[in-house]
Amino acid sequence: MGLLSLAIWMPIAFGVVLLAFGRDEHARGVRWVALIGSVASFLVTLPLWSRFQNGTAAMQFVEKERWIERFNIHYHVGLDGISFWLVLLTAFITVIVVISAWEVITERVNQYMGAFLILSGLMIGTFSALDGILFYTFFEATLIPMYLIIGIWGGPNKIYAAFEFFIYTLLGSLLMLVALIYLYNKSGGSFDILTWHKLPLSGQAQTFLFFAFFSAFAVKVPMWPVHTWLPDVHVEAPTGGSAVLAAIMLKLGAYGFLRFSMPIAPDASHEWAWLMIALSLIAVIYVGLVALVQQDMKKLVAYSSVAHMGFVTLGFFIFNELGVAGGIVQMIAHGFVSGAMFLCIGVLYDRVHSRQIADYGGVVNTMPKFAAFALLFAMANCGLPATAGFVGEWMVILGAVKANFWLGVGAATALIFGAAYTLWMYKRVYLGSVGNDHVKELSDINAREFLMLALLAIAVLWMGLYPKPFTDVMNASVDGLLQHVSISKLPKLP
Amino acid sequence: MIDKLSWMTIYPEVVLLIMTCVIALLDLASTSPRRTGTYILTLLTLAIVAVLTGFNASLGKTIYGFGGMVVSDPMGNWLKCFATLALMVTLVYGRPYAGDRGMLQGGEMFTMSLLALLGMFVMMSGSNFLLIYLGLELLTLSSYALVALRRDNAVASEAAMKYFVLGAMASGFLLYGLSMMYGATGSLDINEVFKAIASRQVNHQVLVFGLVFIVAGLAFKVGAAPFHMWVPDVYQGAPTAVTLMIGAAPELAAFAIIIRLLVEGLLPLAIDWQQMLALLAIASLLVGNLAAIAQSNLKRMLAYSTIAQMGFMLLGLVAGVVNGNTYNAQFAYSAAMFYIITYVLTTLASFGIILLLAREGFESEEITDLAGLNQRSPLYAGVMAIAMFSLAGIPPLVGFYAKLAVLQALIASGQGIYIGLAVFAVVMSLIGAFYYIRVVKVMYFDAPVTASTVSAPRDVRTVLTLNGALILILGILPGGLMTLCANAIVATLAT
Repeated sequence: MGLLSLAIWMPIAFGVVLLAFGRDEHARGVRWVALIGSVASFLVTLPLWSRFQNGTAAMQFVEKERWIERFNIHYHVGLDGISFWLVLLTAFITVIVVISAWEVITERVNQYMGAFLILSGLMIGTFSALDGILFYTFFEATLIPMYLIIGIWGGPNKIYAAFEFFIYTLLGSLLMLVALIYLYNKSGGSFDILTWHKLPLSGQAQTFLFFAFFSAFAVKVPMWPVHTWLPDVHVEAPTGGSAVLAAIMLKLGAYGFLRFSMPIAPDASHEWAWLMIALSLIAVIYVGLVALVQQDMKKLVAYSSVAHMGFVTLGFFIFNELGVAGGIVQMIAHGFVSGAMFLCIGVLYDRVHSRQIADYGGVVNTMPKFAAFALLFAMANCGLPATAGFVGEWMVILGAVKANFWLGVGAATALIFGAAYTLWMYKRVYLGSVGNDHVKELSDINAREFLMLALLAIAVLWMGLYPKPFTDVMNASVDGLLQHVSISKLPKLP
Repeated sequence: MIDKLSWMTIYPEVVLLIMTCVIALLDLASTSPRRTGTYILTLLTLAIVAVLTGFNASLGKTIYGFGGMVVSDPMGNWLKCFATLALMVTLVYGRPYAGDRGMLQGGEMFTMSLLALLGMFVMMSGSNFLLIYLGLELLTLSSYALVALRRDNAVASEAAMKYFVLGAMASGFLLYGLSMMYGATGSLDINEVFKAIASRQVNHQVLVFGLVFIVAGLAFKVGAAPFHMWVPDVYQGAPTAVTLMIGAAPELAAFAIIIRLLVEGLLPLAIDWQQMLALLAIASLLVGNLAAIAQSNLKRMLAYSTIAQMGFMLLGLVAGVVNGNTYNAQFAYSAAMFYIITYVLTTLASFGIILLLAREGFESEEITDLAGLNQRSPLYAGVMAIAMFSLAGIPPLVGFYAKLAVLQALIASGQGIYIGLAVFAVVMSLIGAFYYIRVVKVMYFDAPVTASTVSAPRDVRTVLTLNGALILILGILPGGLMTLCANAIVATLAT
């Protein structure tokens, strides 16, 4: 078993072991096993980093085994510069989520921890899969643990949210399944994604494929106007669920555009880039405005996620190096920042049991350490230089200006909205005098919460101050992708 | 004098028949209300038969016996093996339930189910219209009696009556259609009929007329809309142990006679019956999925889900012959075979849970009876969740790969209309996902009505756990079973 397989299956194995633990009398042991499992799963991804070679766009750590001979399906995994950081991000966030749930989750602890560990392995599998059906299997399988996480440990309206999450995302991905089978038949019986990249396709077929993939990935990202499930789900999901959803699951969609839509249907991607850009800009600007008026902190951050993911898709579909690399950097940065934002809300919610902005005020007076962390993450969410949020957005805006000046202007205005809604929320929740008795009784974060926020803060600052390791890894792959996309796949006219 | 080859084709059936008689006789001496001795002997018999048929199947040979009346081929033998295993599992799940309700007094349940299995065997290995019909009658007559086993129960008696009347009508349809075929081709032998039709010397109109009745009869048997009316009533009304008995293994037999009649016998008419099956499939997917949403009774919901699943399976059969070319046939039919086998496996698990939760005087048939099962028993909730997600077609459970194979067969035909059918099926399975995950919701998200934990006899616990695990394991490694189905279908098509 290779390193990459270990990174995929280790968390799943730990998760299955946890599920076997039974009832809650072993909660203490369960938590430690979960922590050991998640840390170990993170540690096995580190050798991937030290052995990753930057100069090449080729797949690395490739493993290929026959899986289902009947349909020529392989267990085929590998990493390139596009997927690499997403794998590490997933393993990292899982550790944080386990820490965040430590004493917060008291019911069915083993199932909670088990679900997150299995989910982590499935998402790493999605990012590394190089076979269409393997990808689909991992991609869809993530629905099961997430559905249970939302439904069992969610808020008052959890059942509606769980169904909305499940059905909405399933709808999108089923059409992708038809597209995958179509490609299998077109390519003469192969589910290999890299083979599909080279497959010549007519304009009509490309358009069909583009929209089939679009239906799966746009819902997952989510892009405007199919983003409506996200705020509902975020509000009801438990803290860990929200963090994983925002930090990683949304990236499954964005990643899909890079791995499927653009390289498989390059001509259709160019043809419909205007639509993608328009939807992205609407997400960035309009959804940014929507975020401004939210009363509920989780909803606000959820809308802000939609807006930030708009930057990602915008970057992808302007087809230049800055844009695409910026989009990927933004994906990673948003993983850290949005995860942190949701965990901050979780810290408050555990104490006050409210997510309404109006129920807070002057938290800084009673929780100074926490407020400092929250300020850092809020600044990162606005895209302040020297934080992770800045790098990706800056690259995307530069890329957009390069492509079209007004596009850049449109994208840049979003930064203003981002700053407005984030800082305004920060002001109303944290600053000022103590708002009410609940806030007065707040106790500052304990060592566990400090550790969890500190880890995220280090990641956010590191990425903001020294983004080179991140961009170095992806440069060759982004170049390769853009070169590939610039060549038409249409059959040549005689 | 029966020659050696003929014996080769039927010796598992002979063993089964002799043992059925032995068990019926020995049972006379038994007075225990739980019939433990009969139970163990029945399981032993089934185990032996499963080994015999499995051994025959693994030889991979096709042998005709009794002048072509009976065929022993890999498809038939594998289906026999799986049907035997399915009946074993059914009996394990059903015994505590039946024992609580006094259905084991007299031991008919064991002999009747063995006779039903014998009927299925005859259907699976019949290569002659009349023989297939006889097998079908043996199966259905035993099933009617099984449904009526609780004579004192009004609902069950009503279900038995409905099942009998509609089932008899379906048999009549089938028989009428078969007689038309006989009239047109002059033969009851399936291979002769095939040759006669392929020679194009036969009046096409008569053939299609007969075909309509055959397809209608088969649709009744598999429960495809618009011939599905009996399914919900019988599923709900029959004692749950019997519901499983008629809902699991016989589906394999129904699949076998579809292949024997339509593919082996009437393949030259594929253009005609493919259209009919396509319409049946569309109607089944619509009716099954939409009606299932509205159900609050779990058995009834699973009945409608069966209708929808059968619709999906039929889609696998419609894409076999494209423009007169049979290149796609092996993919299409083996997809349908894989589908039906995995469907039976999943059905066993879901009804196993219902049977497990039912206690004396409590049927546990409402969906709400599952409330909070996860708190009462994470293991059984897990098994049920696996079954539901599998029926919904979510990877990595085996139901997904079954759907994948059928969709692949449709899309591989390259015809716009079949691709449209694939998209339709996909949309319908989205609707299906809704009511399946609703069951998961009830088990995991709702608070339990009682705090009592679920206890089960050791045999039920073991088999149910294995059953759930198998749905997952076959999902992670579906390749073996797929290859098995493919080889079986290839061997069948070659003859």
